[in-house]
Amino acid sequence: MAGKVKWVTDIEKSVLINNFEKRGWVQVTENEDWNFYWMSVQTIRNVFSVETGYRLSDDQIVNHFPNHYELTRKDLMVKNIKRYRKELEKEGSPLAEKDENGKYLYLDFVPVTYMLPADYNLFVEEFRKSPSSTWIMKPCGKAQGKGIFLINKLSQIKKWSRDSKTSSFVTQSTKEAYVISLYINNPLLIGGRKFDLRLYVLVSTYRPLRCYMYKLGFCRFCTVKYTPSTSELDNMFVHLTNVAIQKHGEDYNHIHGGKWTVSNLRLYLESTRGKEVTGKLFDEIHWIIVQSLKAVAPVMNNDKHCFECYGYDIIIDDKLKPWLIEVNASPSLTSSTANDRILKYNLINDTLNIAVPNGEIPDCKWNKSPPKEVLGNYEILYDEELAQGDGADRELRNRQGQALGPKGGRSRDSGRTVLTTWK
Amino acid sequence: MLQEESDLSLIIAQIVQKLKGSNLYAQLERQAWASLQRPEIKLESLKEDIKEFFKISGWEKKLQNAVYSELSVFPLPSHPAAPPEHLKEPLVYMRKAQGSWEKRILKSLNSMCTELSIPLARKRPVGEQKELLNKWNEMGTDEPDLSLFRPVYAPKDFLEVLINLRNPNYENGDSLSFRTHLGLIQVPLKVKDIPELKEFFVELGLTTGQLGIDDSTQVPPELFENEHVRIGQKVLAEQDSAAAQQYIRQGSPTALRAELWALILNISSQPEDILYYEQLKTNVIQHDLLVDSLIYKDVKLTASNDDYYFVFEDYLYQVLLCFSRDTSVLGHFAYNSASPPKSYIRGKLGLEEYAVFYPPNVAPLCFLYHEPSKLYQIFREMYVRFFFRLHSISSHPSGIVSLCLLFETLLQTYLPQLFYHLREIGAQPLRISFKWMVRAFSGYLATDQLLLLWDRILGYNSLEILAVLAAAVFAFRAVNLMEVTSLAAAEAVLADLSTLKVMPLLQIFLFATVT
Repeated sequence: MAGKVKWVTDIEKSVLINNFEKRGWVQVTENEDWNFYWMSVQTIRNVFSVETGYRLSDDQIVNHFPNHYELTRKDLMVKNIKRYRKELEKEGSPLAEKDENGKYLYLDFVPVTYMLPADYNLFVEEFRKSPSSTWIMKPCGKAQGKGIFLINKLSQIKKWSRDSKTSSFVTQSTKEAYVISLYINNPLLIGGRKFDLRLYVLVSTYRPLRCYMYKLGFCRFCTVKYTPSTSELDNMFVHLTNVAIQKHGEDYNHIHGGKWTVSNLRLYLESTRGKEVTGKLFDEIHWIIVQSLKAVAPVMNNDKHCFECYGYDIIIDDKLKPWLIEVNASPSLTSSTANDRILKYNLINDTLNIAVPNGEIPDCKWNKSPPKEVLGNYEILYDEELAQGDGADRELRNRQGQALGPKGGRSRDSGRTVLTTWK
Repeated sequence: MLQEESDLSLIIAQIVQKLKGSNLYAQLERQAWASLQRPEIKLESLKEDIKEFFKISGWEKKLQNAVYSELSVFPLPSHPAAPPEHLKEPLVYMRKAQGSWEKRILKSLNSMCTELSIPLARKRPVGEQKELLNKWNEMGTDEPDLSLFRPVYAPKDFLEVLINLRNPNYENGDSLSFRTHLGLIQVPLKVKDIPELKEFFVELGLTTGQLGIDDSTQVPPELFENEHVRIGQKVLAEQDSAAAQQYIRQGSPTALRAELWALILNISSQPEDILYYEQLKTNVIQHDLLVDSLIYKDVKLTASNDDYYFVFEDYLYQVLLCFSRDTSVLGHFAYNSASPPKSYIRGKLGLEEYAVFYPPNVAPLCFLYHEPSKLYQIFREMYVRFFFRLHSISSHPSGIVSLCLLFETLLQTYLPQLFYHLREIGAQPLRISFKWMVRAFSGYLATDQLLLLWDRILGYNSLEILAVLAAAVFAFRAVNLMEVTSLAAAEAVLADLSTLKVMPLLQIFLFATVT
């Protein structure tokens, strides 16, 4: 196809623009004929909204799914996962198996969460069962750690109960809705510090599900030593790993930015904990990402003009169990250090190679199946079509007691992770 | 031959003497007494039965490991009439140089004390002690005013001293020949050449499997990796130091490394060791040394800014502060040319010697051991076996002088064009590679590569591999280096080693280069 790709963006970040320019693409405005639009989440709302939206033509691609918020809003993500689990349970799927305490064996990867004010009473019931627990309050619609706080007493969230009792007919605007989750107060510590994992996952289509995981994720460390002591509940430097927060700490270091690569983490864990448990941990991480995507796949508007690169936040506890904290639709493209800039530049580069094959003017009718060579630092996390092709040949092995842990999510070093499907 | 036999019995006697004073001896004695209760021990064949018992219960293995450990550090047999200084360092001019270097350091420290009116050592007031105890796990977050503290010396200064070493008995002659050594080091020590290195490092050869090469993702694990891991597990099960040392020459699997190193260094965590560490910690709490501030400053400058090691900053302070007060390290001075400054003998002060080591040597160990007293032991053992040789002037083949000479000789002999070119533009290669070797490459290589390199240091009980790697790096980047025209540009070409893969470089340099 002749002609250069015309691009638009409303996010002025050099890692993006440099990537477009190096491909020889042409910058245009959104009113002109464009092929590729890297848009912010506000803009995507407009493009697909009922009133102001417009139809995209076959040679136009955007970087968000219309209703990505089903995955990226904290309350909706939890709702979708809960619904998914119930469905599996109803079907009698072995994935939904529970242990003797009623906890899901394979699908318990989100900390207990309630919406406030809607589930306030349910929450109180749960809170009373373990009154010494700590909970974390997060506003549904915000990011970068804004508005988050920890509580360990009911009195600290009286506000949400009072409102729900007195104004039952007044619906809270969605912006003021909060989720409250059980706080993981036994995170895995390294050097005495808490950290979380940021992993990038690219989804090119939801039905069939095709997703890729970026091999170069990283860990974000807190600058201050972790302590579960109640006197430090207010100290966000101890508890929140967001760089946006840690940046303002006294000890923040601008050279390494408090980050480790995932391969570093792997080396450390293999050396101190052993190869099997480390392998199992990473398998589980892959598993929970795929499950979360499967959970929202049925409700996602699988618009063929869309792809999306998510930022997954995961915390590992001291029993080496990973927990999904949240998914970001618009992971930060700001670079805090030189290494960071390189990483994000390469991330966009590899993403564009997969989403816009050969750098040519896109055609939405293509089968979204890029050849292996263009993957760059991505590796296939799950390809539903491929899995279904093999599924007929695979036995449904009984996984209980198998050292492999959850359903064969195996990532070999050669870089292909393919899960079996039970459907 | 008679001489050898008497040497051997002398060595045996000395080792027995040394071990008699150790913990292991007491344990063996206790075990022997306890074993008398056992039915298989009979009075008639007491000696044989106890020996048999030791063999079965694994105590013989422990003894074997201890003996092996002693042998690794034992100085070579020498003339019975040799004075003790001779055992430490046979060459007089080396001893003299080390002596004056130490004096210089001490003088610098003392003058810093006077300048800043800070005592070399003082007892902490109780309030301060409590505070330090509370902060013990977070010393990284405290920022005392360190601006007035200068580091006692930089690697450059040390290099200058080495460059100026001369053997007064050696006459070079005025005429230059192609055999003249054109590097910076001008002492005539014997270093290995490539054929000798090939023999020494035979397990690194092209036909032997290696971790760091043959475990890469393109190679199916059945070919080498799986078998190697299996053997590693067997070695650990046998708890055999010597076997472990042989095994690790081909690299250690990540999951087994912590245990293998502990086995080779013959470190087991006994309650006494933990107690010892706690005692050192108490010492730190009670006394404040000038060196502490220097350590603090150094760690802040280096490890805290490092991409991999910043996480362990607090561990580094704990280990290094304790280390500076550890008197058992004195034991190694028997085979080190250095001697502790006289102030130590007065009793209270720490060893000023340790103001001059480089903290990043600890940091990679934090990847393997997260329990402070074990971390401490491993670090101490690695220091007294290997790393101290990087900071003192001696004629030992693993000493820094020999390493520098080995590096320069390899370069001059096998990459003469590069060597001359760099010399011409005022970029003597040693000036660039010195800092790598003196830190055993810590802080320059990626952590996993560094650990593979240190595997081989342990396996071959020698630091010579550092010099070989330094030369291999130059060989690898030779094309770019030939094009530079200044020292700064050469430094830039060699500034970033973090992407290098150590084992392929070594293999190519030793076994695949046409010489």
